[in-house]
Amino acid sequence: MSLPEDYLRYPLRRRGMDQDRYEWRPRADAPRRAWPNGAKVAACIVAPLEFHMLNPSGKPFKHPGAMQTPYPDLRHYTTRDYGVRVGAFRLLDALKRHRVRITFAVNAVLLTRAAPLIEAITADGHEIAAYGWDTDTLHWGGLVETEEAARVDKVRAAFAAAGLAPRAWLSPARSQSFATPDIVRAAGFDICLDWEMDNTPVAMRTAAGLLHCVPLSNELDDRKLLIDQRQTEEEWRAQILEANALLQSEHDRFGGQTLAFTLTPYVIGQPFRIWALDALLSALATDDAVWTATASELVEACA
Amino acid sequence: MHADPNLYDYWPYRDRPRIAWPGGKKLAFWVAPNIEFYEFDPPANPSRPGWPRPAPDVVGYSQRDWGNRIGHWRLMELLDKYAIRGSISLSTALIDHHPEIIEACVARRWEFFSHGIYNTRYSYGMSEAQERAMIEDSIASVEKATGQRIRGYLAPALTHTERTFDLIAALDFWYTCDLFQDDQPQPLKTKSGKVVSMPYSLEVNDVITYGAMAMSPWRYADVLKRHFDQLLQEGERSGVVMCIPLHAYLVSQAHRIRPFEEALRHIASHADDVWFATAVEIAGFYREHCWDQTIADIDRRGLARPGVGFAP
Repeated sequence: MSLPEDYLRYPLRRRGMDQDRYEWRPRADAPRRAWPNGAKVAACIVAPLEFHMLNPSGKPFKHPGAMQTPYPDLRHYTTRDYGVRVGAFRLLDALKRHRVRITFAVNAVLLTRAAPLIEAITADGHEIAAYGWDTDTLHWGGLVETEEAARVDKVRAAFAAAGLAPRAWLSPARSQSFATPDIVRAAGFDICLDWEMDNTPVAMRTAAGLLHCVPLSNELDDRKLLIDQRQTEEEWRAQILEANALLQSEHDRFGGQTLAFTLTPYVIGQPFRIWALDALLSALATDDAVWTATASELVEACA
Repeated sequence: MHADPNLYDYWPYRDRPRIAWPGGKKLAFWVAPNIEFYEFDPPANPSRPGWPRPAPDVVGYSQRDWGNRIGHWRLMELLDKYAIRGSISLSTALIDHHPEIIEACVARRWEFFSHGIYNTRYSYGMSEAQERAMIEDSIASVEKATGQRIRGYLAPALTHTERTFDLIAALDFWYTCDLFQDDQPQPLKTKSGKVVSMPYSLEVNDVITYGAMAMSPWRYADVLKRHFDQLLQEGERSGVVMCIPLHAYLVSQAHRIRPFEEALRHIASHADDVWFATAVEIAGFYREHCWDQTIADIDRRGLARPGVGFAP
């Protein structure tokens, strides 16, 4: 038995990337970013708001946080719903206390399902990003391009119906097809939160124009650290502040960099965890070297 | 299959009408010892095995038996020390297997509610008649043994059907511990009856914290204190509920019970602001004093939707 002959052919073996969305650029060649008021680090916080239905197809894979026990898995349905009903308001209170504005990435179905929350978010001056249709409508390589475009258009229309015109896009489960950047850019989204290949935003080529990729950290994801990896709230908080200190220490050499991380309401919004968010926001908000920015403000500062 | 159970309506946590618990207390606190019986050789359920390993799972079985022989007694003494009455999530077959435990709880005026017959008999796949028979058996068994008419439900091993809540509503249950969407009670949308969704907890449930979340005894105590402190602070605006669900085969272990006591001591030291209650007392108060104002507020500021849970 052997593999086909072309398995040992390497047609894209060349200097640079093996795709043409963006150029290879080692950090020595990166442009120096200057953040407002001489800040050294831009903290860009993203809160994902997810609808976890009782009956997900789980195809082609289960979204993180999806149902786990046989139907009706009310246990996981209600623990996820807690985030949208209770946890998100705890987040809003903490953000208001420290005068920090962030980007809420919203599953389109929540625009109606949790309309009072959406109103509270916009009233507090936060940015709204589109987060696909719901957690079971995944964008992935097996989708027909026209079908994916129809999904994105449907999301755009739902936001328009709610009086919202988001610039930023986050894919459910941060999963894309090869065509997703072209499709979301064509639908009017010029900021994307899925790719994290650099320390500041990178403009990606699409068929419809440039798509600015804000590097949201997967390694600092609160759900991953606190639930999957069972770390403590103190460890979570300390890691983000450690990243902040490191990025500040590099400022003289590399200029302003980005610290982008998630706050998942059903995770960090728990009563026993919210103290850590309060402590973290206090540290960031009182640090003159930190500029807290929404995704759009961050991209504007790089223009 | 439904995407949304429609068992309750969306209701934003901010700016809710004020709940003042009896005596003007801010936080209703209750402890739920799960007193369970897991069968040595349970019958098969098509949706889930009785034990993670093929039966006999001797470590799993004997650890739970340790909970019944040693653990509950240690936990009862601890709760006595702080004058806390438990609300027992009971595998009602335990009445037959271990009557001494039931007698000890009755002597303490603890509350009983149904956690099914055995924690190894799941609701998955039951017909309506079977599920009703299981619940009616719970009611009759507890009434016969203790004189108490049970008013609360926690489905065995958290296994449900689409009919569970209508069944308990029709049998005049006052509350269910099966839903985790809130830190305040809320009316459930059932075909009949008046069932309150009672905040229980998975996040601070010892099965989750010691098991899935792999917490040390001291970390669990810290989590409980922080959980309590935050909820008590929010209780200034409108009364909240905090429950600590416990399993003696876990929390009563020699390496865990003293750190756990530290959390209990912390909570007990706030007696001025805390209503130490049983679940049925909280549900009874809520049904009488808070049910209507909640529904009115959901109509005003929430998203009331027609229909009842799992309606076709």
